[in-house]
Amino acid sequence: MSLLIRNARVIDPASGLDGLRTLLIDGGRIAAIAETSAAFVADEEINAEGLWVLPGAVDLSAWLREPGLDHKATLASETFAAAASGITTLCYQPEPRANFDNAAQVKLIYDLNRRSQYANVEVLGNLTQGLRGEQLSNMASLKRAGCVGVSNGLQPFHSLQTLRRAMEYAATHDLTVFIYPVEHALAAGGYMHEGEVSARLGLPAIPSAAETVAVAQTLALASHTGAKVHFCRLSARLSVRLIRQAKESDLDITADVAAHQLFLTERDVSDFNPLCHVMPPLRSTRDLEALREGLADGTLDAICSDHQPHEVDAKLAPFQQTEPGISALETLLPLTLRLVEEGVLSLPEALRKVTIAPAGIIGSEAGEISVGAPADLVLFDPTALWELDLNHMHSSGRNSPFGGWNFNGAVKRTLLAGKTVFSV
Amino acid sequence: MLHAHLSPGPLPSRMQLTKDGKLKHFLTIEGLPPLLLEEILDRAEQFVTLPNKQQKKAPLLRGKTVMNLFFENSTRTRVTFEIAAQRLGADVTNLDIRTSSASKGETLLDTVRNLEAMNADMFVVRHEHAGTAHFIARYCAPHISVLNAGDGRHSHPTQAMLDMFTIRQKKGSFQPLKVAIVGDVLHSRVARSQIHALTTLATGEVRVVAPKTLMPAGIEKMGVNVFHHMEEGIEDADVVIMLRLQRERMQTALLPSEREFFKLYGLTEARMKLAKPDAIVMHPGPINRGVEIDSRVADGMQSVILEQVTNGIAVRMAVMSMIMGSQGGVA
Repeated sequence: MSLLIRNARVIDPASGLDGLRTLLIDGGRIAAIAETSAAFVADEEINAEGLWVLPGAVDLSAWLREPGLDHKATLASETFAAAASGITTLCYQPEPRANFDNAAQVKLIYDLNRRSQYANVEVLGNLTQGLRGEQLSNMASLKRAGCVGVSNGLQPFHSLQTLRRAMEYAATHDLTVFIYPVEHALAAGGYMHEGEVSARLGLPAIPSAAETVAVAQTLALASHTGAKVHFCRLSARLSVRLIRQAKESDLDITADVAAHQLFLTERDVSDFNPLCHVMPPLRSTRDLEALREGLADGTLDAICSDHQPHEVDAKLAPFQQTEPGISALETLLPLTLRLVEEGVLSLPEALRKVTIAPAGIIGSEAGEISVGAPADLVLFDPTALWELDLNHMHSSGRNSPFGGWNFNGAVKRTLLAGKTVFSV
Repeated sequence: MLHAHLSPGPLPSRMQLTKDGKLKHFLTIEGLPPLLLEEILDRAEQFVTLPNKQQKKAPLLRGKTVMNLFFENSTRTRVTFEIAAQRLGADVTNLDIRTSSASKGETLLDTVRNLEAMNADMFVVRHEHAGTAHFIARYCAPHISVLNAGDGRHSHPTQAMLDMFTIRQKKGSFQPLKVAIVGDVLHSRVARSQIHALTTLATGEVRVVAPKTLMPAGIEKMGVNVFHHMEEGIEDADVVIMLRLQRERMQTALLPSEREFFKLYGLTEARMKLAKPDAIVMHPGPINRGVEIDSRVADGMQSVILEQVTNGIAVRMAVMSMIMGSQGGVA
């Protein structure tokens, strides 16, 4: 099945391409990118006049719930939501009820996803067995099974010695270690950022130090072990500074930030809004500004969604009794593009953060529009104005604090390996 | 629509008032206009001056059902709310939730819905989690008023109002006053509510005094001056409010010992000399003699601790009559 997309503004951050082109797609890959289209004939033709064609977004963090937490969401529901949001690759985050100690568990995810096939799902294998933080996982076999990295999710380590050994072992097998930096002793019992809002609300709080202490320790171990480390979901000003310094000293590290951290702060919790109950917590305005600066100067490589869909009851209780997490797939691209509107990043820079940069971090061939690359593409209408209506979200989780926000530009069609997986 | 639950509700401070600015719920002092606080104090004045022998009952709430939902143990506070409601002629029901359905796994929302179905008009709520009274006010039936009797470390608005009433009674105006709040500010909903009330009423200077471990980071943004040493903190104060220190603070690496706390922050007769000669001593109770306050000060001439308790009933009557008044049909 071949497909021709005519007259689109093709934007590819990887190559710097930004112009009117025609794309020929064949066998699930991009066969040609041309200025004119005279010579091409294809089985199907799309006139994409007025639309942008972007690489499908690559999301470094999504909690896809199936198997084990199916009452919240399923692979089918969430990958469909991803497709509808212009996301064509998702990284499955391990959690206690669904984690990856062996190849069979990894294969289960691929098999489950094959049933619906709305998006690519890549798996982050366990860094320690059962995510218990005590014993190394069978990382070589997880790598062979297709894991794009290893992670301990949100679970603590038994000791720094275990973390060190796990990093050394991952480095032996050339696996990137995805670290979610949190010193549990400092974060324990806290529900929001420790600052002026928690002082007023009397909510037990989590100081920035809970993150920065862990970042500093992990950086020291990364330097010592030579492991390739990716820092997940940074939220604090000092974390950005530490990463910047570490990169200046040539450590092989990367970092991401969740899109909502770039737009919301502790102030958004002021009304005990459970939709703003999230980990890491929403911090101060100064932290938000530092995160934005970090994106602009390259300290932070990628923006992810950290998608955590919940059933209604999980958020229908007093703040401390609610489960943290935002249903975030549908706002990843819109919020990233809003950074362009607000002058934080240029369009290609912003798109880079959700395409080629995260693709590079997981070693995926996705995230770019080039001859031979998989045809994971998004047709985007930059003029379409829309409002996020919580009642009509695609995800099973309607827990987004962005309900009622207006966004400029909407996904019109998403292709996965050349096949249409979403269309308005 | 089910998912309408997920749209952000109105800010709690705005949720408390009707469109005409009348008090509908009493959840937090924060965001209430000074005139409204003055109105509560004026109303409480009327209930205090009702001669004890005659009309103890002013049946403003006759025929109304008040339910005390106390998820946290507190006989004293619950009793004062009970008395206040009864003096207004209301029917009062007490629910000790810990021994009831919540402990069987029922969600808070389901508990509330069940109680609504029993024709409640007002919920008086005390809970260990901040924001609980707001949550209930947000989701309960529109005709029901919610009164916050204390939610976690967040707010205890009736306590703050009775403290304000006591200060006004003894000192007249708030503007020239230096008020010091001493003790475990970090864990205190009383302190937070007092700070809101004092600043709203344009108190001259509001101070908080505590070691760093018991002082919330960023509290100066609430409009207070922060002190870590008692002597500086209460120097020249007109009002000294001592907060209760809980035993568990010694168990969780916040303080080394009661002895050291008393040595550094205990309100002794010697320390009281640093305050103004006519300064008053307050405490929300129950007091820990020899821990935060010396017996001789607690029982001394400058102490108004017992008057606070008496005023508590009048203030709660005032608040209850006001929030019921907004429902119409009450004088």
